[in-house]
Amino acid sequence: MIDFELDEEQQLIKDTVVSFARDEIRPHAREADEKGLVPAALVQKGWELGLVQGTIPEEYGGFGNPHSAITGAIVAEELAYGDLSIALHLLAPRLITVPVLELGSPELRKEVLPGFCGDAFRAGAAAVMEPRMDFDPSAPATTLTRQGDDWVLAGQKCYVPLGAEAEHFLVVAGTANGGGPAHAQAVVVGRDTPGLAVGERERNMGLKALATTGLALDACKVPAAHVLGGGAAGTARLANLSRVALAAMAVGVARAAYDYARDYAKDRRAFGQAIAQKQAIAFMLAEMAMEVDAMRLLTWEAAWKLDRGEDATREAYLAKRYAADLALKITDNALQVLGGHGYIRDHLVELFLRNARGFATFEGLAIA
Amino acid sequence: MIDFELSPALSEMRDRMRMMAEYMMRPIAREYDEREHEKPWEFINTTWQLSKGASVGPNAEAAEVTADAAEKAAAKQAERAAGQGSANAERNLRTVVAVEELSWGDAGLYLAIPGPGLGGAAVLAVGTPEQKKRFLGRFKGDKPVWSAMAITEPGCGSDSAQIQTTAVRDGDHWVLNGTKIFCTSGLMAGDPKNSNGFIVVWATLDRSAGRAGIKSFIVDAGTPGMTVAKCEDKLGIRASDTATLIFEDCRIPLDNILGSPEVPTTSEGFKGVMVTFDATRPIVAASALGVGRAALDYVREELGKQGIPIRYGIAPGKLTAIERDFMDMEAQLQAARLLTWRAAWMMDHGQRNNLEASMAKAKAGQVVTWVTQKAVEMLGPLGYSRELLLEKWMRDAKINDIFEGTQQINMMIIARRILGYSSKELS
Repeated sequence: MIDFELDEEQQLIKDTVVSFARDEIRPHAREADEKGLVPAALVQKGWELGLVQGTIPEEYGGFGNPHSAITGAIVAEELAYGDLSIALHLLAPRLITVPVLELGSPELRKEVLPGFCGDAFRAGAAAVMEPRMDFDPSAPATTLTRQGDDWVLAGQKCYVPLGAEAEHFLVVAGTANGGGPAHAQAVVVGRDTPGLAVGERERNMGLKALATTGLALDACKVPAAHVLGGGAAGTARLANLSRVALAAMAVGVARAAYDYARDYAKDRRAFGQAIAQKQAIAFMLAEMAMEVDAMRLLTWEAAWKLDRGEDATREAYLAKRYAADLALKITDNALQVLGGHGYIRDHLVELFLRNARGFATFEGLAIA
Repeated sequence: MIDFELSPALSEMRDRMRMMAEYMMRPIAREYDEREHEKPWEFINTTWQLSKGASVGPNAEAAEVTADAAEKAAAKQAERAAGQGSANAERNLRTVVAVEELSWGDAGLYLAIPGPGLGGAAVLAVGTPEQKKRFLGRFKGDKPVWSAMAITEPGCGSDSAQIQTTAVRDGDHWVLNGTKIFCTSGLMAGDPKNSNGFIVVWATLDRSAGRAGIKSFIVDAGTPGMTVAKCEDKLGIRASDTATLIFEDCRIPLDNILGSPEVPTTSEGFKGVMVTFDATRPIVAASALGVGRAALDYVREELGKQGIPIRYGIAPGKLTAIERDFMDMEAQLQAARLLTWRAAWMMDHGQRNNLEASMAKAKAGQVVTWVTQKAVEMLGPLGYSRELLLEKWMRDAKINDIFEGTQQINMMIIARRILGYSSKELS
């Protein structure tokens, strides 16, 4: 039965994250971007919200809350509203915990999950994207080849969040000689695996506070227990959970820019009135408000389908595509509302625009 | 808890509406587009017989008002006992779901379906019990009945506060004078040859009072002094008449006014009248969705026949232009649908939805205009041909970007709401 209301639990989580984003994240957004660093104290405070440990079962030391993509989308939007880089940093451990929880073998769960239930933040990372123009998440160029009882990874990855500190990497590669048809497959690789080399810190247009690196995989041996289950459908599910998280974050960034521009337009005066009283400006703001809601509803619908355990490739793909387009348009229009001031780094709008530009490209940077 | 699945009752109703759209509307869609001003009487009579007194469909409102109170109470109790929400709890949602299906069949024919329509909605919203009985009771009869809403005038459209039609009290009567245009179903509701219907007319009691002076009056079909002067020739929705009504010393009983006859010193009363739009805008949005989905379904089918796949999940850079267009159409339409459902759902839950109703209407009008234009383009020479319905859908679609508040009026409402501005501060 159609319902647009969060349940009590979700509302509670949302309220917590809303104030954290407002009081803790946003005040650090500019400095983190300029310095290329998320302050350790903030990371620790974020960890204490329990966003990672929350959905890990009690037997591994977590809180044992059920995993929900809708709840994940709500959290992702609110954190990204504060700041995208900081949000991605705080949620990076989920890139390991959620896939292992959903598709990991019992051994892998036992090996990996307890490490993410401690008192201190523990980094996790996913290596999905590849440094090539024709990168296709459904057919990665990185290969996963069977060799006896083990598998072997080879390839080059990029945009690996927290690559420098993560102990585990979720790597998505194309299967070869695997018996079945070739498909994208996710595996968990330990940092000390021979042949794995973490690259230099990357320098990107946005996400400047998020420490991303490259990752070289040269004949890395992966035990069979580290290959996630579910086959092609399992990997597709992870890709869709990722699309939902990124779409939700695009909503957060777009909403941040919209709020900023709306407040500015009500304050800024020209020709004897607030510029928000001019139709040219007011209509831009109205469209932003309408599209932010539209983006969110499409994202929630995809998340809802994933929570029902159904294939949501179409919904998640379309929601992310829509959100990426609109986040760019909205942040660009927000900058336009501020005029020359929008171009100055005293205001956050140029940061929102740089971050929003990435969504069309991003894959696998977060998971709902 | 967030849920995007229709309740079993709604999805069963949707299936019935879909059948009606496919088997009763599609086959005659082209015919009544070409034969503008001729009425699809067979279709009208059949829909009347099907929906009269039903709890679903164009006659739902009337059925609710006239249903035996005891029977209704018993039904409600049974529903509660069964642990299910009252069917009534989803009334607005049910309407938008039904309207999307019917408009998928044909938007013009949907508008021509007899029933209480916008006039009836106004009576239902603000009428006294006596008025509801007197005017809505007639929707239970053997012969089809329409009602209509007359707001627009030759000199004012969106700025309805500028209405020039006057209502003057003369003893036991109101006397109306003025001209109304663009009255949907005005011919069917206002001409006694067609039905025992009525028109809800906006007129001013005091022009100097501005919006505060505007009231709604109910004029029965055949009242002396009211004439249906002409029906417009239109771009689309040709199965539905769009009438000009002239009022010359048209006398109606005193108790045919909706709401209080007092002219307040504030414009609160006018705001009350405007609340009707919060219910009707999502309905127009739903009609837009139906037309848009018709076009999208057709394009999908044709692409399938040509062996052109839509590959969800591949790298964006590998998508073909056709795939990009199709995906954009699909996502845009779904975005509009979710905004529409939300606006209706809010009303069902007693939440104020003025902002969300305008979002739904603005978005759906915009989207359906673009989607149908794109569909004509994608089908190439076939799309432009009158052999197919695509070009008709494009013509039908455009009205949704205009009536019940143009896209721009709705954007203005959204802007005022998000900025906290009055109509004086942002105009």
